[in-house]
Order: sequence, then structure tokens, then C-alpha cells
Amino acid sequence: MDKLHFNEHISKRFNEDLEDLKSQLLEMGGVVEQQTINAVKAIIGADSDLAEKVIAVEDDVDKREVNLDEQCTLVLARRQPAASDLRMVVSVIKITRDLERMGDEAQKIAKMAIQLTESGASPHGYVEIRHIAAIVQQMVNDTLDAFARYDVAMALKVAKQDKTVDQEYASAMREMATFMMEDPRSISRVMNVIWALRALERIGDHAMNIAEHVIYLVEGLDVRHNTASEIEEQLAKR
Amino acid sequence: MIEQPISGPTVGHPLVDNAKMSMRDVNVFYGDKQAIFGVDLDIAENQVIAMIGPSGCGKSTFLRSLNRMNDTIDICRVEGTLKLDGQDIYDPKLDVVPLRARVGMVFQKPNPFPKSIYDNVAYGARIHGLVSRRTELDEIVETSLQKAGLWNEVKDRLDEPGTGLSGGQQQRLCIARTIAVSPEVILMDEPCSALDPIATAKIEELIAELSENYTIAIVTHSMQQAARVSHRTAYFHLGKLVEVNETEKVFTNPDHELTEAYITGRFG
Repeated sequence: MDKLHFNEHISKRFNEDLEDLKSQLLEMGGVVEQQTINAVKAIIGADSDLAEKVIAVEDDVDKREVNLDEQCTLVLARRQPAASDLRMVVSVIKITRDLERMGDEAQKIAKMAIQLTESGASPHGYVEIRHIAAIVQQMVNDTLDAFARYDVAMALKVAKQDKTVDQEYASAMREMATFMMEDPRSISRVMNVIWALRALERIGDHAMNIAEHVIYLVEGLDVRHNTASEIEEQLAKR
Repeated sequence: MIEQPISGPTVGHPLVDNAKMSMRDVNVFYGDKQAIFGVDLDIAENQVIAMIGPSGCGKSTFLRSLNRMNDTIDICRVEGTLKLDGQDIYDPKLDVVPLRARVGMVFQKPNPFPKSIYDNVAYGARIHGLVSRRTELDEIVETSLQKAGLWNEVKDRLDEPGTGLSGGQQQRLCIARTIAVSPEVILMDEPCSALDPIATAKIEELIAELSENYTIAIVTHSMQQAARVSHRTAYFHLGKLVEVNETEKVFTNPDHELTEAYITGRFG
């Protein structure tokens, strides 16, 4: 059974409206998740065709964002939702925004992939990309799962992972600086890798934002601008 | 749909520090049938409290017990402690007429007397002997109509019958009539259910203004109205007070599952 009871309204159409929002958001999440996976594949595999595909998907993501926003506005206008229903609509609006921004970041990675392929890719930094990408992709997957299942524990796990990404990112930056000092000719290529790493780190941030929205949706607790341990503390108090 | 037996005490914050009215363990019966079960509730001074709940939940019965309107029903019996400024309002020695001046009431359907606009407002002040001179009465009528937001619309026709006004104006006339006797608490029993959205908006605006100087308890079937006008919201279910919390909390993240089910339209 749906633990927030979104399917138990007297109005069946209201149930359908909210179900629609949820399923469309998850679809959009799926598209963005695949976009991220493909962008990383493109950069590591020097596959500019795949990178072009990632860029092409962006239009679809933008359309989904606009469409979901419109549907949320209609639900607000028609139903004046309250309590968990209201939190659902507000969360969908916010999560949609984060997903769209994730898509933008994936597109940036794809653009770096094309530039790196054209300039004769060097393997410098790919280990770091692969490593951070693995963590970030898991975060994206988990955060969408957390939304789908209204799973606060999973959302908290995602929030905790964000710190790991930040640490890995800082360490990768030191590596990149070393590469550039050792071989100044590699600077422009390494810069492209840095941009890609930065985009991955941002995707991690958006995954954390979504996790925070999930906590708000389920618990009615606004945990933004807190560290993962602060969030954990606030949740434990309830 | 959610079916859940109600057990346990009221959740949230039914009691406050700055109570104008304090009710403890209130039980109301109609003959053998109990309509209200052990309600503990404070109504904070100069605040609006909204009472919501499905039909038959006892919210109107409870509201009516706050100025002894239930006395008019023979089979109705109220038990428990109900205090206004610390004074027991069910004290047998207490005269209900001044009580009802201190705790005024506005009803669902506007019920102006078949008298002029002026006399409708002046009526209470006259019978309570609040004035000795006509000029004082004129002043009370004018300020009451102003506070009720009706003065500009009726100042040139105070002699016309109150029943000739539109529904929304009649309701504001009734509010002016209530205000005229300088009540401390105003009880409103679905004051907008017979009004159109514009008249409703005017009454809601008026409630917000009045709450600066008066303590208001409003029973409403419109959850959006409760959300808009009140500071605190009390949710009644089958005669029990399920939850009382800040309105903001009730409408974004209520504590009780039943409150959530009701305000989100999950049962009727």
C-alpha cells in the first residue's frame, strides 16, 4: 500500500493526478539517469557519437520539466492540495528543477567528451572520473528510488554520500593540478577533465537536493542547508 | 479510505499560555446521546481559532456551549469546566444575558431583525443599557458598522430595512450587531456558507481585522477558509478533539493521521 495514501482520496481523479505526477517525474528521472551514465561512458570511451546523443536528449528533458510544472500548477489550481498532497506537489516542482539541472550537467560532460575525443584524448584523470561517476550514479539511482518508495532512510544515505563525493572531488583536483604541473602541454585537456569532474560533483549535489525534498515530502521536515549528520539528528528527534 | 478508531488524548497543543477561554473535560449530551467527549481546549486571546471536522463531529455543538446557546435546547446537558477569563460560565448564579454580550455569536445564515439597519445595530446596546444618550448610540452604530466594513455602503440609508441588504451585507450587519455590544469573544458558526466568493472574501478580511481586538472562534466547512483566516486549527472527529495545532502546521504537516485524511479529502 502507498504509505502516504496518495491513492485513497474520495476523488479518484485526484488520485490519478498525483499518480501521474509521480510516474512522470520518475520517467524524467530515468531519462536523466541514463543521460548521466551515457555522458560518463562517452568521455571514458572517447565516444563522440554517444556524447552527441546525450546532448540531443536535453530537449526532451526540458520539455518534461515544462510539462510537469504545468501539471503541478493545474493540480494546485484545481485541488488546493493540503498536507502530504501539498508536499507532494511542491516536492515534484523542486525535484523537476534539480533533474533538469542534472541533465544540463550531463550535457556539459558530453561536450567535454567531444572536445577530448577531438584533441586526442589522454588517459589523465579518467580513473578519477570513473571513480566519482560510480558514486554519483549510485546516488542518482538511490535518490530516485527513495522518491519512488518514500524511503527516508535511503534519502539519508544519499545525503551522506554527498560528503564522500566532495572529498573525492577535492582529491581529484589535487591530482589534476599535479598532472598540469608535470606536463604543461596537457593543461587544456586536463582542464576539460576538470570541467567534467565538476559537472559530476554538481550532479551529486542535485541528487542530495532531491533526497532532501524526499525527506520533506515524507516527514514534512525541511532539512535544506544542513549537513547529513544534522539531518540525521533532526530525523532521530521525531 | 482510512478507518481508524479514535483513542488517546488530543495531539498537538490544545492548551496555551494566553487563554481567553479555557475548557476542561467538556462533555455534551443530547438526552442519552453523547455528542462531545472530554474536550480540553484553550482559546487564545486576540487570535482566531478554526474548528473543522466532518458533519456531525460536534464542532458546532462545542462552539454553542461556549456562550451557553445550548441552554435553549432542553435535552442538552453540558458537563466539565468552561471558563471565560477564569470565570466559570456555567456557574448557576451567572446571568447568561451579559455572558452572551461578552461572547457574541454570528450564525450560518444572516439573520437581521426585521428592523432598520440602524436599529439592528443599536438593538443590543439598547437592551443591555449601554447608552444613555442618542448621540452615544449614533456613535456605537457608526463605529460598529465601520468595524464591520459596512459603513460606507449603508451610511446614507440607515433607516432602510436590514433585510433589504444583500446576503454578504446582511452578514456584515449581523457582525456589526455583535460588535455593537463590545464583546470580548466572537463565535462564528459557518458565517460564509450562504455567501458568494466576493462576500466571503470581505468577511474573511473582516475576521483578520477583528482578530486584532477580539478573540474569535469560527466553525467552518471550508478547509481553505480555515487555512486562510485562523491562527490555530482544531480538528474534531466523532465528538472528540483529535488535534489542535498552529494552522500552518495543520495544513502542511498535521500530527494526526485523521486530520491528514480529512484535510486531504481521503474520507467523507
